[in-house]
Amino acid sequence: MNILPSLQPILNELTQRFGNRIEAVHAPRPNEVYVHAQTDLAPGITAQLYRHFEARLVSFFADDAREKDRTFHLYYVFALDAEGGFIILRVPISPEKPEFTSVTNAVHAVDWQEREVQDMFGLKPLWHPNPRRCALHDDWPDVHPLRKDFDLRTVLPAFKGERHNFKTVEGEGVFQVPVGPVHAGIIEPGHFLFSVAGEPVLYLQLRMFYVHKGTEKLFENLPLPHCVRLAESISGDSSFAHATAFCHAVERVAGVEAPPRARFLRSICLELERIYNHIGDIGAICTDVAFVTVHMHCLRLRERVLRLNEQLTGNRLLRGMACLGGVRLDFDAAQVEALSCLLAELRPELESVLMLIDKSPSTLDRFKNTGVLKPSVARDLGVVGLAGRASGFDHDLRRDFPHAAYDRVQVNVPVYQVGDVEHRLRVRIDEVWESLSLIEQFVSKLPAGPLRTEIGDLPEDASALGYVEGWRGEIFHWIRTGPGNRLARCKIKDPSLQNWPALSEAIIGNIIPDFPVVNKSFNLSYSGNDR
Amino acid sequence: MFGILGKSLSTGIVTTTYPATPPEISIHARGRPEIDWANWKDARPAAAICPTGAISHEDDGATRKARLDLGKCVFCGLCADVDKAIRMTSDGRCAARKRDDLLTSASYSLKPDGTHGGLLSPLSKSQGENDRLPVSQRESIETLGGKLKERATKIFGRSLHIREVDAGSCNGCEIEIINLNSPVYDAERFGVHFVASPRHADMLLVTGPVARNMELALRKTYDATPEPRLVVAVGACGCSGGIFGVNYATRGGVDQVIPVDLYIPGCPPNPVMILDGLLRLLGRIDTSF
Repeated sequence: MNILPSLQPILNELTQRFGNRIEAVHAPRPNEVYVHAQTDLAPGITAQLYRHFEARLVSFFADDAREKDRTFHLYYVFALDAEGGFIILRVPISPEKPEFTSVTNAVHAVDWQEREVQDMFGLKPLWHPNPRRCALHDDWPDVHPLRKDFDLRTVLPAFKGERHNFKTVEGEGVFQVPVGPVHAGIIEPGHFLFSVAGEPVLYLQLRMFYVHKGTEKLFENLPLPHCVRLAESISGDSSFAHATAFCHAVERVAGVEAPPRARFLRSICLELERIYNHIGDIGAICTDVAFVTVHMHCLRLRERVLRLNEQLTGNRLLRGMACLGGVRLDFDAAQVEALSCLLAELRPELESVLMLIDKSPSTLDRFKNTGVLKPSVARDLGVVGLAGRASGFDHDLRRDFPHAAYDRVQVNVPVYQVGDVEHRLRVRIDEVWESLSLIEQFVSKLPAGPLRTEIGDLPEDASALGYVEGWRGEIFHWIRTGPGNRLARCKIKDPSLQNWPALSEAIIGNIIPDFPVVNKSFNLSYSGNDR
Repeated sequence: MFGILGKSLSTGIVTTTYPATPPEISIHARGRPEIDWANWKDARPAAAICPTGAISHEDDGATRKARLDLGKCVFCGLCADVDKAIRMTSDGRCAARKRDDLLTSASYSLKPDGTHGGLLSPLSKSQGENDRLPVSQRESIETLGGKLKERATKIFGRSLHIREVDAGSCNGCEIEIINLNSPVYDAERFGVHFVASPRHADMLLVTGPVARNMELALRKTYDATPEPRLVVAVGACGCSGGIFGVNYATRGGVDQVIPVDLYIPGCPPNPVMILDGLLRLLGRIDTSF
């Protein structure tokens, strides 16, 4: 068994400590080690990895394996950034006793994910601090859609049952401000309930999953190539990143690697996605403090990147580019030239637009100390991606777990400790510059060669973790294959699922009029969260 | 202050000259697929590779009915990769007032090996008079823009107020709808204005397959919009449910929940496609109100 040497000491300590209650350790890939353990071991191993080895619990999900193993499985995916590997803990849950010990009290990062497992699989997290429904709203009947005996096309009866009971804050002069799910701007739906005393927000309750579309269940029902298109529709602004993470997972199951040219083209597209989103966000953050001029310039620049996307891949959101085993379309010399040209033009344009922000003290004043997410809170909530990096969390899969062609370049990761709106903006600005330079490096090193590797037939009942650092943060797709080249399970982990609770923390003490800018500084995906 | 002014002046006007001139779309862009119906030899490979079932066929003995549904099409172009009779155009403008107008079908006699013998019946399509014509022969968009203004003046004052509702979209359509407000597309040129509340709106622009969790909110938003009101379904998901279709968590297209006046396909439709649809719809108000 080929295991990443850096992971070996950790595994040794686990086996030493927990002995024969760890039933099996196997590593289908050197950086992806599965530890199968007895059910009651989950909290202990989690605590050991989280506290002692600084592992991050990046994904937690269930899988219905009753057909083959007569049990449900819970998976805890730990990322060990320093070691550059993943340890995936698997424990069985008996269908006769559908409950498990919650680890939310120790690792707050899994709060929503444990509740999602409860909704989708009917496994009850014991001692969970807030064990209410999340994905299926309160007026859903008692169904568990990700169980295998639940059919995707089930027509559910009309809404019945109780409406959601929001927690309210009580006291003299305290009142509640409900917002959503249909918002004032052109954004996705979610419900925010602010409890305020005067201007400052005392408490913000989030109600999400309004756009839950049964995506994970749908993956189990579609032929493999169609799943790539579905992955593109998980979160429109991360179409390429999600599709690539999915392809990565399938390629790892199949034991193949995309050819070098495809990996370079993937990296270029990932960086283009980062650039257009970051530029759009820089403008949107400014417009939320009424500096509309910058917003208009940013929309203008974003449009140029979107048009370049269209020229390179046929679609402005890079859809249709990803495919299993590589990429679908090649860039010809003229397209590469157009790419280089735009990069060259973007630099001075961006510089002059960003100068407008830096020369506007009233704008900067609104950003400073607004929506502060303290590093300690960010660490507790496991905040990932750019929001994490603005709050002192030094992680980036492009550097720590190189995928696509990121092993061929040096990725500089901006990290700040302040965690306010200004620094989430700074991280974006730094990353745009870094992306421009990365694309230049990829273009200059772009190898010739084929665009895709044949995937062939997938082995049955094999699993793999695919990962990509999207512009918002790390994206994971974990798949388990079924018979006939189909998926038995696809778990999608969008960074938004991890970061939404952080918004509740960041807004406390701020005034409601600052909420739009704080929200925009995170710019989380509702669709990616709700799936 | 002078810096801001200087930057705006040195940038100049960036607004697209569309609709006075054709839209600036790359030759590499994938718009709607076009099928050479008369010479289509086999619908099966394209139907098998289509991720949303936009291309489908039904066999009945020795005949086959093959169908293209632009309302489901995500313009991925996979069908064109496997079938020479299908070509991806770079133009995606194909908004329609009725769901059926997005459907085209044809019947073929079948050979023993399952390929098409010949076209049996002429194409059956209830296509609108305007949108089957080549772009050049269509009613000029400029005139339609004029019509919009004329009608908007009559019915909605000097402007059309739109409330956007995401009923389950992946946020791809939102990206493009936001772009309507960018200086490049600038929908306000036509008096099209996005408002914060359905109470202020004349039109709902609805995206996404309607998620079960959003159904009530969408109905309430519709009820809150004063009449006369228009509903536009945007994107493949809004038109038909798209790749999500109908499942335990989604109701499918917007018209499964509220009546729809215009369908704008695409995944996502680019800003020109949305603008084109809106302008053409407003030409229709003449006859329906």
